[in-house]
Amino acid sequence: MGVGIEVRGLNAWYGKNQALNSIDMTVAANRVTAVIGPSGCGKSTYVRCLNRMHETIPEAHAEGSVKVGEMDVYGAGSDPVEVRRRIGMVFQKPNPFPTMSIYGNVAAGLKLNGFRNRKQTDELVERSLKLAALWEEVKNDLHKKSGASLSGGQQQRLCIARALAVEPDVLLMDEPASALDPISTSKIEELIFQLKQHYTVVIVTHNMQQAARVAEFTGFFLMGSLIEYDKTEKIFTTPADKRTEDYITGRFG
Amino acid sequence: MSSSVAHEVSLGRRIANQGATAFAVLAAVLVLIPLLAIFVYLLIKGIGSVNLAFLTQTPKPPGETGGGMANGIIGTGLILAIASVIGLPLGIGSGIYLAEYGRHRFGDLIRFTADVLNGVPSIVIGIAVYSLVVVPQKHFSAFSGGVALGIMMIPTIARATEEMLLMVPNIIREAALGLGIPRWRTTLSISLRTASAGVITGCMLAFARVAGETAPLLFTAFGNQFWNLKLNQPTAALSLQVYSYAISPYDDWHRQAWAGALILIVLIVAAVAAVRISTSRGMLKGGT
Repeated sequence: MGVGIEVRGLNAWYGKNQALNSIDMTVAANRVTAVIGPSGCGKSTYVRCLNRMHETIPEAHAEGSVKVGEMDVYGAGSDPVEVRRRIGMVFQKPNPFPTMSIYGNVAAGLKLNGFRNRKQTDELVERSLKLAALWEEVKNDLHKKSGASLSGGQQQRLCIARALAVEPDVLLMDEPASALDPISTSKIEELIFQLKQHYTVVIVTHNMQQAARVAEFTGFFLMGSLIEYDKTEKIFTTPADKRTEDYITGRFG
Repeated sequence: MSSSVAHEVSLGRRIANQGATAFAVLAAVLVLIPLLAIFVYLLIKGIGSVNLAFLTQTPKPPGETGGGMANGIIGTGLILAIASVIGLPLGIGSGIYLAEYGRHRFGDLIRFTADVLNGVPSIVIGIAVYSLVVVPQKHFSAFSGGVALGIMMIPTIARATEEMLLMVPNIIREAALGLGIPRWRTTLSISLRTASAGVITGCMLAFARVAGETAPLLFTAFGNQFWNLKLNQPTAALSLQVYSYAISPYDDWHRQAWAGALILIVLIVAAVAAVRISTSRGMLKGGT
Protein backbone atom coordinates (compact mmCIF):
# COMPACT_ATOMS: atom_id res chain seq x y z
CA MET A 1 0.00 0.00 0.00
CA GLY A 2 1.18 3.52 -0.72
CA VAL A 3 1.95 6.07 1.96
CA GLY A 4 1.62 9.84 2.05
CA ILE A 5 4.47 12.32 1.69
CA GLU A 6 4.94 15.44 3.81
CA VAL A 7 7.39 18.00 2.48
CA ARG A 8 8.22 21.02 4.66
CA GLY A 9 10.69 23.81 3.91
CA LEU A 10 12.63 21.89 1.27
CA ASN A 11 15.54 23.81 -0.27
CA ALA A 12 17.97 22.46 -2.84
CA TRP A 13 21.19 23.74 -4.37
CA TYR A 14 23.56 22.97 -7.21
CA GLY A 15 26.79 24.36 -5.84
CA LYS A 16 25.82 27.92 -4.90
CA ASN A 17 22.77 28.06 -7.19
CA GLN A 18 19.55 27.57 -5.31
CA ALA A 19 17.21 25.40 -7.36
CA LEU A 20 14.32 24.98 -4.90
CA ASN A 21 12.99 27.57 -2.49
CA SER A 22 11.29 26.35 0.64
CA ILE A 23 8.82 23.88 -0.84
CA ASP A 24 5.85 22.71 1.25
CA MET A 25 3.67 19.96 -0.18
CA THR A 26 1.48 17.19 1.16
CA VAL A 27 1.09 14.26 -1.22
CA ALA A 28 -1.87 11.99 -0.60
CA ALA A 29 -1.38 8.24 -0.31
CA ASN A 30 -2.52 6.08 -3.25
CA ARG A 31 -3.08 9.06 -5.46
CA VAL A 32 -1.29 10.32 -8.54
CA THR A 33 0.22 13.75 -8.06
CA ALA A 34 1.60 15.62 -11.06
CA VAL A 35 4.35 18.21 -10.97
CA ILE A 36 4.23 20.62 -13.90
CA GLY A 37 6.10 23.74 -14.93
CA PRO A 38 8.37 25.15 -17.63
CA SER A 39 11.88 23.76 -18.30
CA GLY A 40 14.33 24.61 -15.53
CA CYS A 41 11.63 25.34 -12.95
CA GLY A 42 12.97 22.72 -10.53
CA LYS A 43 10.35 20.02 -10.97
CA SER A 44 12.89 17.26 -11.67
CA THR A 45 15.12 18.52 -8.85
CA TYR A 46 12.09 18.37 -6.58
CA VAL A 47 11.27 14.69 -7.14
CA ARG A 48 14.97 13.80 -7.02
CA CYS A 49 15.06 15.36 -3.54
CA LEU A 50 12.26 13.08 -2.38
CA ASN A 51 14.44 9.96 -2.66
CA ARG A 52 17.79 11.70 -2.13
CA MET A 53 18.93 11.15 -5.73
CA HIS A 54 19.64 14.88 -5.91
CA GLU A 55 22.72 14.58 -3.74
CA THR A 56 24.35 12.01 -6.05
CA ILE A 57 25.23 14.91 -8.35
CA PRO A 58 28.60 16.42 -7.38
CA GLU A 59 28.23 19.57 -5.26
CA ALA A 60 24.44 19.28 -5.06
CA HIS A 61 22.72 19.24 -1.69
CA ALA A 62 19.29 19.66 -0.15
CA GLU A 63 17.89 20.69 3.23
CA GLY A 64 14.47 20.55 4.80
CA SER A 65 12.03 17.97 5.99
CA VAL A 66 10.60 15.15 3.88
CA LYS A 67 8.54 12.46 5.56
CA VAL A 68 7.44 9.45 3.51
CA GLY A 69 4.99 7.57 5.69
CA GLU A 70 6.91 7.04 8.92
CA MET A 71 10.29 7.52 7.29
CA ASP A 72 12.16 10.78 7.88
CA VAL A 73 14.08 11.07 4.60
CA TYR A 74 16.47 13.81 5.75
CA GLY A 75 16.46 12.85 9.44
CA ALA A 76 19.67 12.28 11.36
CA GLY A 77 20.92 8.77 10.72
CA SER A 78 18.74 8.30 7.66
CA ASP A 79 20.54 6.19 5.06
CA PRO A 80 20.08 7.42 1.47
CA VAL A 81 20.47 3.87 0.15
CA GLU A 82 17.61 2.67 2.36
CA VAL A 83 15.51 5.70 1.34
CA ARG A 84 15.96 4.88 -2.36
CA ARG A 85 15.03 1.28 -1.76
CA ARG A 86 11.65 2.37 -0.38
CA ILE A 87 11.00 5.08 -2.94
CA GLY A 88 11.18 3.78 -6.50
CA MET A 89 12.16 5.98 -9.40
CA VAL A 90 11.54 5.89 -13.15
CA PHE A 91 13.64 8.18 -15.30
CA GLN A 92 13.03 10.23 -18.41
CA LYS A 93 15.02 8.03 -20.78
CA PRO A 94 14.48 4.27 -20.48
CA ASN A 95 17.67 2.96 -18.85
CA PRO A 96 17.64 -0.84 -18.64
CA PHE A 97 20.94 -2.46 -17.65
CA PRO A 98 22.34 -3.35 -21.10
CA THR A 99 24.24 -6.48 -20.08
CA MET A 100 21.33 -8.08 -18.26
CA SER A 101 18.44 -10.18 -19.50
CA ILE A 102 14.85 -9.02 -19.05
CA TYR A 103 14.63 -11.18 -15.94
CA GLY A 104 18.00 -9.92 -14.71
CA ASN A 105 16.88 -6.32 -15.05
CA VAL A 106 13.75 -6.81 -12.99
CA ALA A 107 15.57 -8.90 -10.40
CA ALA A 108 18.59 -6.55 -10.21
CA GLY A 109 17.35 -4.51 -7.27
CA LEU A 110 16.67 -7.68 -5.30
CA LYS A 111 19.81 -9.60 -6.22
CA LEU A 112 22.24 -6.73 -5.77
CA ASN A 113 20.76 -6.01 -2.38
CA GLY A 114 21.54 -9.54 -1.28
CA PHE A 115 18.12 -11.15 -1.76
CA ARG A 116 18.87 -14.81 -2.55
CA ASN A 117 15.55 -16.68 -2.52
CA ARG A 118 15.15 -17.94 -6.11
CA LYS A 119 11.50 -18.89 -5.87
CA GLN A 120 10.42 -15.60 -4.31
CA THR A 121 12.52 -13.69 -6.83
CA ASP A 122 10.76 -15.54 -9.67
CA GLU A 123 7.40 -14.60 -8.18
CA LEU A 124 8.35 -10.96 -7.66
CA VAL A 125 9.68 -10.70 -11.23
CA GLU A 126 6.47 -12.12 -12.65
CA ARG A 127 4.28 -9.95 -10.41
CA SER A 128 6.24 -6.80 -11.27
CA LEU A 129 6.17 -7.47 -15.00
CA LYS A 130 2.41 -8.07 -14.79
CA LEU A 131 1.92 -4.85 -12.84
CA ALA A 132 3.95 -3.04 -15.48
CA ALA A 133 1.77 -4.62 -18.22
CA LEU A 134 4.78 -6.17 -19.89
CA TRP A 135 4.46 -9.81 -18.86
CA GLU A 136 2.49 -11.04 -21.88
CA GLU A 137 4.99 -9.49 -24.31
CA VAL A 138 8.16 -10.88 -22.74
CA LYS A 139 7.27 -14.01 -20.78
CA ASN A 140 8.88 -16.30 -23.34
CA ASP A 141 12.13 -14.33 -23.60
CA LEU A 142 12.80 -13.60 -19.94
CA HIS A 143 16.26 -15.12 -19.87
CA LYS A 144 17.03 -15.10 -23.58
CA LYS A 145 16.79 -11.44 -24.49
CA SER A 146 18.66 -8.44 -23.23
CA GLY A 147 16.63 -5.63 -21.69
CA ALA A 148 18.19 -3.35 -24.28
CA SER A 149 16.68 -5.38 -27.14
CA LEU A 150 13.13 -4.25 -26.33
CA SER A 151 11.43 -1.26 -27.96
CA GLY A 152 11.61 2.11 -26.21
CA GLY A 153 8.11 1.82 -24.75
CA GLN A 154 8.75 -1.74 -23.58
CA GLN A 155 12.06 -0.66 -22.07
CA GLN A 156 10.29 2.01 -20.05
CA ARG A 157 7.73 -0.50 -18.78
CA LEU A 158 10.67 -2.79 -17.96
CA CYS A 159 12.17 0.04 -15.91
CA ILE A 160 8.86 0.46 -14.12
CA ALA A 161 8.78 -3.28 -13.37
CA ARG A 162 12.36 -3.06 -12.12
CA ALA A 163 11.42 -0.24 -9.76
CA LEU A 164 8.33 -2.14 -8.53
CA ALA A 165 10.23 -5.38 -7.86
CA VAL A 166 11.92 -3.97 -4.75
CA GLU A 167 8.41 -3.25 -3.39
CA PRO A 168 8.62 0.48 -2.76
CA ASP A 169 5.89 2.52 -1.02
CA VAL A 170 6.14 5.41 -3.43
CA LEU A 171 6.92 5.61 -7.15
CA LEU A 172 8.53 8.76 -8.53
CA MET A 173 8.37 9.23 -12.29
CA ASP A 174 10.48 11.89 -13.94
CA GLU A 175 8.85 12.58 -17.32
CA PRO A 176 8.47 8.84 -17.94
CA ALA A 177 6.80 9.19 -21.33
CA SER A 178 8.58 12.16 -22.84
CA ALA A 179 10.91 9.97 -24.93
CA LEU A 180 8.11 7.70 -26.15
CA ASP A 181 5.69 7.60 -29.07
CA PRO A 182 1.96 8.30 -28.51
CA ILE A 183 0.93 4.65 -28.29
CA SER A 184 3.62 3.82 -25.75
CA THR A 185 2.72 7.00 -23.89
CA SER A 186 -0.91 6.01 -23.57
CA LYS A 187 0.15 2.57 -22.33
CA ILE A 188 2.30 4.17 -19.64
CA GLU A 189 -0.57 6.50 -18.66
CA GLU A 190 -2.98 3.60 -18.40
CA LEU A 191 -0.42 1.85 -16.27
CA ILE A 192 -0.01 4.83 -13.93
CA PHE A 193 -3.75 4.76 -13.44
CA GLN A 194 -3.57 1.10 -12.36
CA LEU A 195 -0.53 1.57 -10.17
CA LYS A 196 -2.14 3.98 -7.75
CA GLN A 197 -4.10 1.10 -6.21
CA HIS A 198 -0.83 -0.10 -4.76
CA TYR A 199 1.46 2.91 -4.73
CA THR A 200 1.59 6.63 -4.23
CA VAL A 201 2.74 8.09 -7.54
CA VAL A 202 4.44 11.43 -8.13
CA ILE A 203 4.92 12.20 -11.81
CA VAL A 204 6.86 15.06 -13.37
CA THR A 205 5.59 16.07 -16.77
CA HIS A 206 5.72 19.04 -19.06
CA ASN A 207 2.80 17.72 -20.97
CA MET A 208 -0.21 19.40 -19.35
CA GLN A 209 -2.75 17.12 -21.02
CA GLN A 210 -0.91 14.21 -19.47
CA ALA A 211 -1.16 15.78 -16.02
CA ALA A 212 -4.87 16.38 -16.57
CA ARG A 213 -5.38 12.76 -17.70
CA VAL A 214 -3.53 10.87 -14.98
CA ALA A 215 -3.28 13.02 -11.86
CA GLU A 216 -5.77 13.83 -9.09
CA PHE A 217 -3.50 16.56 -7.73
CA THR A 218 -1.20 18.93 -9.56
CA GLY A 219 1.52 21.26 -8.37
CA PHE A 220 2.78 24.10 -10.56
CA PHE A 221 6.46 25.02 -10.17
CA LEU A 222 8.09 28.20 -11.41
CA MET A 223 11.70 29.26 -10.87
CA GLY A 224 12.23 26.89 -7.97
CA SER A 225 9.04 27.73 -6.10
CA LEU A 226 5.77 25.86 -5.77
CA ILE A 227 3.32 28.47 -7.04
CA GLU A 228 0.10 26.56 -6.69
CA TYR A 229 -0.90 23.11 -5.57
CA ASP A 230 -4.44 21.83 -5.69
CA LYS A 231 -6.81 19.32 -7.22
CA THR A 232 -5.91 18.89 -10.89
CA GLU A 233 -9.37 19.98 -11.98
CA LYS A 234 -9.06 23.21 -10.00
CA ILE A 235 -5.58 23.95 -11.40
CA PHE A 236 -6.74 23.51 -14.98
CA THR A 237 -10.12 25.26 -14.71
CA THR A 238 -9.95 27.96 -12.05
CA PRO A 239 -6.34 28.46 -10.96
CA ALA A 240 -5.91 30.86 -8.06
CA ASP A 241 -2.63 32.35 -9.24
CA LYS A 242 -2.23 34.49 -12.33
CA ARG A 243 1.09 32.79 -13.22
CA THR A 244 -0.54 29.37 -13.18
CA GLU A 245 -3.24 30.59 -15.49
CA ASP A 246 -0.68 32.13 -17.85
CA TYR A 247 1.23 28.87 -17.99
CA ILE A 248 -1.71 26.51 -18.53
CA THR A 249 -3.21 28.75 -21.16
CA GLY A 250 0.10 28.66 -23.00
CA ARG A 251 1.15 32.27 -22.53
CA PHE A 252 4.69 31.16 -21.64
CA GLY A 253 6.76 28.03 -21.07
CA MET B 1 17.20 14.01 -69.19
CA SER B 2 17.48 17.30 -67.40
CA SER B 3 15.78 16.02 -64.24
CA SER B 4 18.01 12.93 -63.99
CA VAL B 5 21.14 15.05 -64.39
CA ALA B 6 20.20 16.92 -61.23
CA HIS B 7 20.29 13.65 -59.25
CA GLU B 8 23.47 12.32 -60.78
CA VAL B 9 26.58 12.60 -58.68
CA SER B 10 29.23 14.69 -60.39
CA LEU B 11 32.32 13.00 -61.82
CA GLY B 12 34.66 14.86 -59.46
CA ARG B 13 32.70 13.67 -56.48
CA ARG B 14 32.72 10.08 -57.63
CA ILE B 15 36.47 10.19 -58.15
CA ALA B 16 36.96 11.72 -54.71
CA ASN B 17 34.73 9.07 -53.17
CA GLN B 18 36.51 6.17 -54.83
CA GLY B 19 39.89 7.71 -54.10
CA ALA B 20 39.10 8.01 -50.40
CA THR B 21 37.77 4.45 -50.23
CA ALA B 22 40.85 3.13 -52.01
CA PHE B 23 43.08 5.01 -49.60
CA ALA B 24 41.28 3.54 -46.58
CA VAL B 25 41.60 0.00 -47.98
CA LEU B 26 45.27 0.59 -48.78
CA ALA B 27 45.94 1.87 -45.25
CA ALA B 28 44.24 -1.18 -43.74
CA VAL B 29 46.27 -3.53 -45.94
CA LEU B 30 49.51 -1.73 -45.11
CA VAL B 31 48.79 -2.16 -41.41
CA LEU B 32 48.21 -5.88 -41.88
CA ILE B 33 51.36 -6.47 -43.95
CA PRO B 34 53.95 -6.26 -41.13
CA LEU B 35 51.87 -8.52 -38.90
CA LEU B 36 51.38 -11.12 -41.62
CA ALA B 37 54.99 -10.84 -42.74
CA ILE B 38 56.27 -11.49 -39.21
CA PHE B 39 53.93 -14.41 -38.75
CA VAL B 40 54.73 -16.01 -42.13
CA TYR B 41 58.45 -15.52 -41.65
CA LEU B 42 58.32 -17.05 -38.18
CA LEU B 43 56.33 -19.95 -39.55
CA ILE B 44 58.85 -20.61 -42.34
CA LYS B 45 61.87 -20.32 -40.09
CA GLY B 46 60.47 -21.93 -36.99
CA ILE B 47 58.00 -24.65 -37.90
CA GLY B 48 60.78 -27.08 -38.91
CA SER B 49 62.16 -27.14 -35.37
CA VAL B 50 58.84 -27.49 -33.58
CA ASN B 51 58.40 -31.10 -32.61
CA LEU B 52 57.39 -33.12 -29.58
CA ALA B 53 60.89 -32.92 -28.09
CA PHE B 54 60.89 -29.14 -28.44
CA LEU B 55 57.65 -28.91 -26.51
CA THR B 56 58.49 -31.48 -23.82
CA GLN B 57 62.23 -31.36 -23.17
CA THR B 58 64.61 -28.94 -21.50
CA PRO B 59 67.56 -27.44 -23.41
CA LYS B 60 70.52 -29.69 -24.18
CA PRO B 61 74.04 -28.57 -23.18
CA PRO B 62 75.90 -26.48 -25.79
CA GLY B 63 77.15 -28.56 -28.68
CA GLU B 64 74.50 -31.27 -28.42
CA THR B 65 71.58 -31.05 -30.82
CA GLY B 66 67.91 -31.59 -29.87
CA GLY B 67 66.28 -30.66 -26.62
CA GLY B 68 63.52 -28.10 -26.30
CA MET B 69 62.04 -25.18 -24.46
CA ALA B 70 59.41 -26.91 -22.33
CA ASN B 71 60.78 -25.24 -19.20
CA GLY B 72 60.63 -21.86 -20.96
CA ILE B 73 57.00 -22.39 -21.99
CA ILE B 74 56.01 -23.32 -18.44
CA GLY B 75 58.21 -20.55 -17.00
CA THR B 76 56.57 -17.92 -19.21
CA GLY B 77 53.17 -19.20 -18.11
CA LEU B 78 54.20 -19.04 -14.46
CA ILE B 79 55.62 -15.51 -14.72
CA LEU B 80 52.57 -14.29 -16.64
CA ALA B 81 50.26 -15.82 -14.04
CA ILE B 82 52.09 -13.92 -11.29
CA ALA B 83 52.05 -10.74 -13.40
CA SER B 84 48.30 -11.10 -13.96
CA VAL B 85 47.62 -11.69 -10.27
CA ILE B 86 49.40 -8.39 -9.57
CA GLY B 87 48.49 -6.36 -12.64
CA LEU B 88 44.80 -7.18 -13.16
CA PRO B 89 43.40 -6.26 -9.72
CA LEU B 90 45.66 -3.24 -9.25
CA GLY B 91 45.07 -1.99 -12.79
CA ILE B 92 41.31 -2.50 -12.77
CA GLY B 93 41.08 -1.15 -9.21
CA SER B 94 42.92 2.05 -9.99
CA GLY B 95 40.92 2.44 -13.21
CA ILE B 96 37.72 2.22 -11.17
CA TYR B 97 39.06 4.79 -8.74
CA LEU B 98 40.02 7.17 -11.54
CA ALA B 99 36.66 6.90 -13.30
CA GLU B 100 34.25 6.83 -10.38
CA TYR B 101 36.01 8.80 -7.64
CA GLY B 102 39.05 10.46 -9.18
CA ARG B 103 37.56 13.57 -10.76
CA HIS B 104 39.90 15.93 -8.92
CA ARG B 105 43.56 16.95 -8.45
CA PHE B 106 44.66 13.71 -6.79
CA GLY B 107 43.05 11.76 -9.63
CA ASP B 108 44.92 13.89 -12.16
CA LEU B 109 48.16 13.11 -10.35
CA ILE B 110 47.50 9.36 -10.55
CA ARG B 111 46.50 9.67 -14.21
CA PHE B 112 49.74 11.52 -14.95
CA THR B 113 51.79 8.96 -13.02
CA ALA B 114 50.16 6.11 -14.94
CA ASP B 115 50.95 7.77 -18.26
CA VAL B 116 54.57 8.30 -17.25
CA LEU B 117 54.86 4.71 -16.01
CA ASN B 118 53.53 3.58 -19.38
CA GLY B 119 56.42 5.37 -21.04
CA VAL B 120 59.18 4.07 -18.76
CA PRO B 121 61.48 1.75 -20.75
CA SER B 122 60.91 -1.84 -19.76
CA ILE B 123 64.59 -2.39 -18.90
CA VAL B 124 64.33 0.39 -16.32
CA ILE B 125 61.43 -1.41 -14.69
CA GLY B 126 63.58 -4.56 -14.69
CA ILE B 127 66.42 -2.75 -12.91
CA ALA B 128 64.02 -1.20 -10.38
CA VAL B 129 62.51 -4.58 -9.54
CA TYR B 130 66.03 -6.03 -9.35
CA SER B 131 66.98 -3.61 -6.60
CA LEU B 132 63.61 -3.74 -4.83
CA VAL B 133 62.89 -7.48 -4.95
CA VAL B 134 65.86 -9.47 -6.20
CA VAL B 135 68.56 -7.82 -4.04
CA PRO B 136 66.64 -8.16 -0.72
CA GLN B 137 65.70 -11.76 -1.58
CA LYS B 138 69.29 -12.46 -2.61
CA HIS B 139 68.36 -14.44 -5.73
CA PHE B 140 66.66 -14.17 -9.10
CA SER B 141 63.15 -15.57 -9.14
CA ALA B 142 59.99 -16.18 -11.11
CA PHE B 143 58.28 -13.98 -8.54
CA SER B 144 60.43 -10.94 -9.28
CA GLY B 145 59.88 -11.44 -13.02
CA GLY B 146 56.14 -11.53 -12.40
CA VAL B 147 56.37 -8.34 -10.34
CA ALA B 148 58.22 -6.54 -13.15
CA LEU B 149 55.68 -7.57 -15.80
CA GLY B 150 52.77 -6.95 -13.42
CA ILE B 151 53.93 -3.37 -12.86
CA MET B 152 54.10 -2.90 -16.61
CA MET B 153 50.51 -4.11 -17.00
CA ILE B 154 49.04 -1.69 -14.45
CA PRO B 155 49.02 1.65 -16.35
CA THR B 156 47.60 0.18 -19.55
CA ILE B 157 44.82 -1.62 -17.72
CA ALA B 158 44.09 1.35 -15.43
CA ARG B 159 43.69 3.82 -18.28
CA ALA B 160 41.65 1.39 -20.40
CA THR B 161 39.35 0.61 -17.46
CA GLU B 162 38.90 4.32 -16.75
CA GLU B 163 38.06 5.15 -20.37
CA MET B 164 35.58 2.29 -20.63
CA LEU B 165 33.84 3.17 -17.36
CA LEU B 166 33.52 6.80 -18.44
CA MET B 167 31.67 5.56 -21.52
CA VAL B 168 28.96 3.95 -19.38
CA PRO B 169 26.06 6.43 -19.53
CA ASN B 170 25.30 8.08 -16.23
CA ILE B 171 21.62 7.14 -16.49
CA ILE B 172 22.68 3.51 -16.00
CA ARG B 173 24.36 4.39 -12.68
CA GLU B 174 21.32 6.46 -11.68
CA ALA B 175 19.04 3.54 -12.40
CA ALA B 176 21.03 1.38 -10.00
CA LEU B 177 21.33 4.02 -7.28
CA GLY B 178 17.59 4.69 -7.62
CA LEU B 179 16.92 1.03 -6.80
CA GLY B 180 18.67 1.45 -3.47
CA ILE B 181 21.79 -0.37 -4.61
CA PRO B 182 24.82 0.95 -2.69
CA ARG B 183 27.46 2.90 -4.59
CA TRP B 184 30.18 0.22 -4.41
CA ARG B 185 27.76 -2.44 -5.66
CA THR B 186 26.63 -0.17 -8.47
CA THR B 187 30.24 0.33 -9.53
CA LEU B 188 31.15 -3.36 -9.47
CA SER B 189 27.96 -5.04 -10.63
CA ILE B 190 26.51 -2.41 -12.96
CA SER B 191 29.16 0.01 -14.28
CA LEU B 192 32.05 -2.45 -14.51
CA ARG B 193 29.81 -5.14 -15.93
CA THR B 194 28.44 -2.78 -18.56
CA ALA B 195 32.00 -1.80 -19.49
CA SER B 196 33.37 -5.34 -19.27
CA ALA B 197 33.94 -5.93 -23.00
CA GLY B 198 36.23 -2.91 -23.23
CA VAL B 199 37.94 -3.60 -19.92
CA ILE B 200 38.72 -7.15 -21.05
CA THR B 201 40.18 -5.81 -24.30
CA GLY B 202 42.43 -3.48 -22.28
CA CYS B 203 43.55 -6.35 -20.07
CA MET B 204 44.33 -8.54 -23.07
CA LEU B 205 46.34 -5.75 -24.70
CA ALA B 206 48.38 -5.31 -21.54
CA PHE B 207 48.82 -9.07 -21.21
CA ALA B 208 49.90 -9.55 -24.81
CA ARG B 209 52.30 -6.65 -24.55
CA VAL B 210 54.18 -7.96 -21.51
CA ALA B 211 54.02 -11.62 -22.57
CA GLY B 212 56.85 -11.14 -25.03
CA GLU B 213 58.94 -8.78 -22.89
CA THR B 214 62.56 -9.78 -22.49
CA ALA B 215 64.40 -6.82 -20.97
CA PRO B 216 62.58 -6.69 -17.61
CA LEU B 217 63.21 -10.41 -17.12
CA LEU B 218 66.99 -10.21 -17.62
CA PHE B 219 67.64 -9.15 -14.02
CA THR B 220 64.59 -10.72 -12.44
CA ALA B 221 63.53 -14.16 -13.71
CA PHE B 222 67.05 -14.47 -15.15
CA GLY B 223 66.43 -17.67 -17.08
CA ASN B 224 67.22 -21.28 -16.31
CA GLN B 225 68.42 -24.26 -18.35
CA PHE B 226 66.52 -26.68 -16.14
CA TRP B 227 63.05 -27.28 -14.82
CA ASN B 228 61.96 -24.96 -12.07
CA LEU B 229 58.50 -24.53 -10.63
CA LYS B 230 59.55 -22.77 -7.43
CA LEU B 231 58.54 -19.14 -7.34
CA ASN B 232 61.69 -18.08 -5.50
CA GLN B 233 64.18 -19.61 -7.95
CA PRO B 234 65.56 -18.42 -11.29
CA THR B 235 63.11 -19.42 -13.99
CA ALA B 236 63.27 -19.90 -17.73
CA ALA B 237 61.09 -17.80 -19.98
CA LEU B 238 60.49 -18.21 -23.72
CA SER B 239 61.53 -14.65 -24.48
CA LEU B 240 64.81 -15.00 -22.54
CA GLN B 241 65.52 -18.34 -24.15
CA VAL B 242 64.90 -16.94 -27.62
CA TYR B 243 67.23 -14.06 -26.84
CA SER B 244 70.12 -16.17 -25.57
CA TYR B 245 69.73 -18.76 -28.32
CA ALA B 246 69.55 -16.12 -31.04
CA ILE B 247 72.85 -14.53 -29.98
CA SER B 248 74.58 -17.90 -29.54
CA PRO B 249 77.10 -19.21 -32.11
CA TYR B 250 75.25 -22.50 -32.81
CA ASP B 251 73.07 -23.05 -35.88
CA ASP B 252 70.86 -25.52 -34.04
CA TRP B 253 70.19 -22.93 -31.33
CA HIS B 254 69.33 -20.35 -33.98
CA ARG B 255 66.71 -22.70 -35.39
CA GLN B 256 65.37 -23.31 -31.90
CA ALA B 257 65.19 -19.55 -31.29
CA TRP B 258 62.89 -19.22 -34.32
CA ALA B 259 60.77 -22.07 -33.05
CA GLY B 260 60.61 -20.47 -29.59
CA ALA B 261 59.50 -17.15 -31.07
CA LEU B 262 56.82 -18.94 -33.10
CA ILE B 263 55.54 -20.79 -30.03
CA LEU B 264 55.49 -17.54 -28.05
CA ILE B 265 53.35 -15.78 -30.67
CA VAL B 266 51.02 -18.76 -31.02
CA LEU B 267 50.54 -18.98 -27.25
CA ILE B 268 49.77 -15.26 -26.95
CA VAL B 269 47.25 -15.40 -29.80
CA ALA B 270 45.71 -18.55 -28.31
CA ALA B 271 45.40 -16.96 -24.85
CA VAL B 272 43.77 -13.81 -26.23
CA ALA B 273 41.42 -15.84 -28.43
CA ALA B 274 40.47 -18.11 -25.53
CA VAL B 275 39.56 -15.16 -23.33
CA ARG B 276 37.59 -13.57 -26.17
CA ILE B 277 35.60 -16.71 -26.87
CA SER B 278 34.90 -17.52 -23.22
CA THR B 279 33.75 -13.99 -22.43
CA SER B 280 31.57 -13.57 -25.49
CA ARG B 281 29.72 -16.77 -24.65
CA GLY B 282 26.57 -16.18 -22.62
CA MET B 283 26.08 -12.72 -24.12
CA LEU B 284 22.43 -11.94 -24.71
CA LYS B 285 20.62 -11.14 -27.90
CA GLY B 286 20.50 -7.41 -28.45
CA GLY B 287 22.97 -6.75 -25.67
CA THR B 288 25.93 -4.48 -26.17
